[in-house]
Amino acid sequence: MNFDFSEDQKFLGNEARKFLEAECPMTAVRLVLNDDDVSHNETVWNKVVEMGWLGTAIPEEHGGLGLGLLEVCVLAEEMGRVLAPVPWASTVYFFTEALKLAGSNEQQAEILPRIVSGDVVGCYAASEGPGNPAADTLKTTFDGSTLSGTKVPVTDGDIATHAIVLAKEGSGASLVLVDLTGEGVTRKTLQTLDPTRSHAEIVFDKAPATRLGNAGDGEMLNDQVLDHAAVLLAFEQLGGASRALEMATDYAKERYAFGRPIGGNQAIKHKLAEMYVKNEVARSNCFYGAWAVSTGAAELPEAAAAARIAACEAFWFASKENIQTHGGMGFTWEVDCHLFYRRAKLLAVQAGAPKVWKEKLVRTLENKNAA
Amino acid sequence: MDFNDTKEEAEFRAEARAFLGKHLEPKGDKPLRQRVDGSEFMKLAKQWQKTKSEGGYAQITWPKEIGGRGGTPMQQVIWNQEEGKFDAPTGPFTIGLGMCIPTVIAFGSDEHKKRYVGKAMKGEEIWCQLFSEPSAGSDVAGLKTRAVKDGDEWVINGQKVWTSGAHYSDYGILLTRTDPSVPKHKGLTMFIVDMKQAGVEVRPIHQASGGREFNEVYFTDVRIKDSDRLGEVGQGWKVAIVTLMNERLAVGGSPGPDWAEIMAYAKEAGTMSDQAFREKLADWYVAAQGYKLTKFRTQTALSRGQTPGPENSIGKIITANHLQDICNSAIEMQDHYGILTDSDRMPADAIFQQSFMWAPGLRIAGGTDEILKNIIAERVLGLPQDVRVDKDIAFDQMKSG
Repeated sequence: MNFDFSEDQKFLGNEARKFLEAECPMTAVRLVLNDDDVSHNETVWNKVVEMGWLGTAIPEEHGGLGLGLLEVCVLAEEMGRVLAPVPWASTVYFFTEALKLAGSNEQQAEILPRIVSGDVVGCYAASEGPGNPAADTLKTTFDGSTLSGTKVPVTDGDIATHAIVLAKEGSGASLVLVDLTGEGVTRKTLQTLDPTRSHAEIVFDKAPATRLGNAGDGEMLNDQVLDHAAVLLAFEQLGGASRALEMATDYAKERYAFGRPIGGNQAIKHKLAEMYVKNEVARSNCFYGAWAVSTGAAELPEAAAAARIAACEAFWFASKENIQTHGGMGFTWEVDCHLFYRRAKLLAVQAGAPKVWKEKLVRTLENKNAA
Repeated sequence: MDFNDTKEEAEFRAEARAFLGKHLEPKGDKPLRQRVDGSEFMKLAKQWQKTKSEGGYAQITWPKEIGGRGGTPMQQVIWNQEEGKFDAPTGPFTIGLGMCIPTVIAFGSDEHKKRYVGKAMKGEEIWCQLFSEPSAGSDVAGLKTRAVKDGDEWVINGQKVWTSGAHYSDYGILLTRTDPSVPKHKGLTMFIVDMKQAGVEVRPIHQASGGREFNEVYFTDVRIKDSDRLGEVGQGWKVAIVTLMNERLAVGGSPGPDWAEIMAYAKEAGTMSDQAFREKLADWYVAAQGYKLTKFRTQTALSRGQTPGPENSIGKIITANHLQDICNSAIEMQDHYGILTDSDRMPADAIFQQSFMWAPGLRIAGGTDEILKNIIAERVLGLPQDVRVDKDIAFDQMKSG
């Protein structure tokens, strides 16, 4: 039984934690929170680029570190702990994974090295409005060489240089790659619940684009991309949930009411114990997702869904009850609790809400059972 | 990351499998316990324990000097996994070998060890644990069973409750109050008691579930030699902690029907299209996986020769509530018909109805949900202990009710 990260991977995580605590403290997050004109923390982003982390799971032939997705999981958890206000998740979990899964050799050779160098910042555009995007309802269309339509919201869409877009092509759907700095692209930054991660509406008007993979494979590829992204996002959520539990625990020990620490009351103790249980359930499911995504196991669909469902629940519970544990202080702008609450909600809906994944999971279990 | 054995682990597993295959029948349609009567089951259980001990598999992690195998905790896990694939009659020995005998080994004299350890390991003698009392459950240090010194003997009077296996046990470890004039934790003393002697009366408890698996035990002027004391007079709490630490290692396993069973049932009943049910099913899968995979993490630490982290403390909180929730939904899925308990008439042999009545007990036994949450809060998260108003008060001055 070897169901844990290796000593090397844990070492990477520890080093990343030290680095991010030094380079990305909450003040760095608040620079983005407090200024509507700032989309992300560029200083932090440049440091992340310098560290080479963007190439963690990119092969060495394309300039990456040639490590695997297990290492990305470890980094994702650390990024989640500090609420990193950078386009890391969009570029690494979605854009890079989509390119690796669906891109041709030429497309990969052209773009992947530029991700590592920081010249390409990626985003993933599927949503067009309320509801989970599905091939038969897509309005954005690809005609073989240009893209037209509106994608909203696109996480990091106003920061990214390139997007991978789920678009209608003929009667099916395809994934297409677009240079957002080229012609036919209009972008507008949007207000969201989580201002520390930027969002945009992107309007494409005959924007030049190239297909990733085969025409009509978009829905299948989108599912695969989301399975990968779900596992990596789950680690980011796990990091946030762990940090929220630490914040609540620390506060419960030092905040006195009625002559003793509030953490001596069972109402608080049991709440925090429940938080711990949910976080551990999430961690174990995340590990399984990490195993499945890094080995290409056939169990990936159910493993990714379970990791996502457990991590959404853990971060939601930890972030809301962290505010509650802090009492009135927790509801002030100055105390960081609300930043976790905001991020928890973003990460819970970004790749499809938990109900979507619960349905996916049950369908997978049914199909397995029938086979 | 993988789920494979190391080379050594694989070798041990193969060895264990061969031994088990030679001595046990594969699982049948019905569990052994339902196929044979109580006395026959006990005979088979004793036989199997003897065979195990002769093969060197009775207590894998114990040192060789006391009859163990001198093996690793991971080997014990592997053995349990493999033994679990057969219908092995192990139940009667779990508490004795898992909790009582480790306490005897830690605190007993050389004579005790010579007298009791080997016989327990060979299945010749069965042990029970006598801690809980009607007024001392979660707060077990508040127990009232009195031991009064009389020459080189102690005289015991009082009542224990929820004692598993008391009716077939030969010996027990008994926690008593020897000094009521000091605060509750300080006046306790532990003994070895002969369960077959005069003055020990075992009465089965009629449980809420209808069954009678547990007992009350009454002690009336029962005499125990001072030489059968475990640990010093007044140090019984320290001894009990060792017993209870071992409880966490002895208790485990999946307690009943899970997501796969209720999914199979929903298909049969035609309710798989119910969206609310589908969402719950997903939650149950995630919880069950969470429990199973957390055990894998613990095993990984053992396999790497490390001490497992505190994550294994989440187990029973998850499984007991999980079981109750699944059974409740399965019954409601059948609407009015779900109230029937006839196993010939009901799907899955009425397992959901049976477990529905068992689940409340599971949430209480071996630490209530509330006590387990306190343990996580205090020992894992480092939060302050509850207020203990009885901490410095002499036991006989304390309010009780």
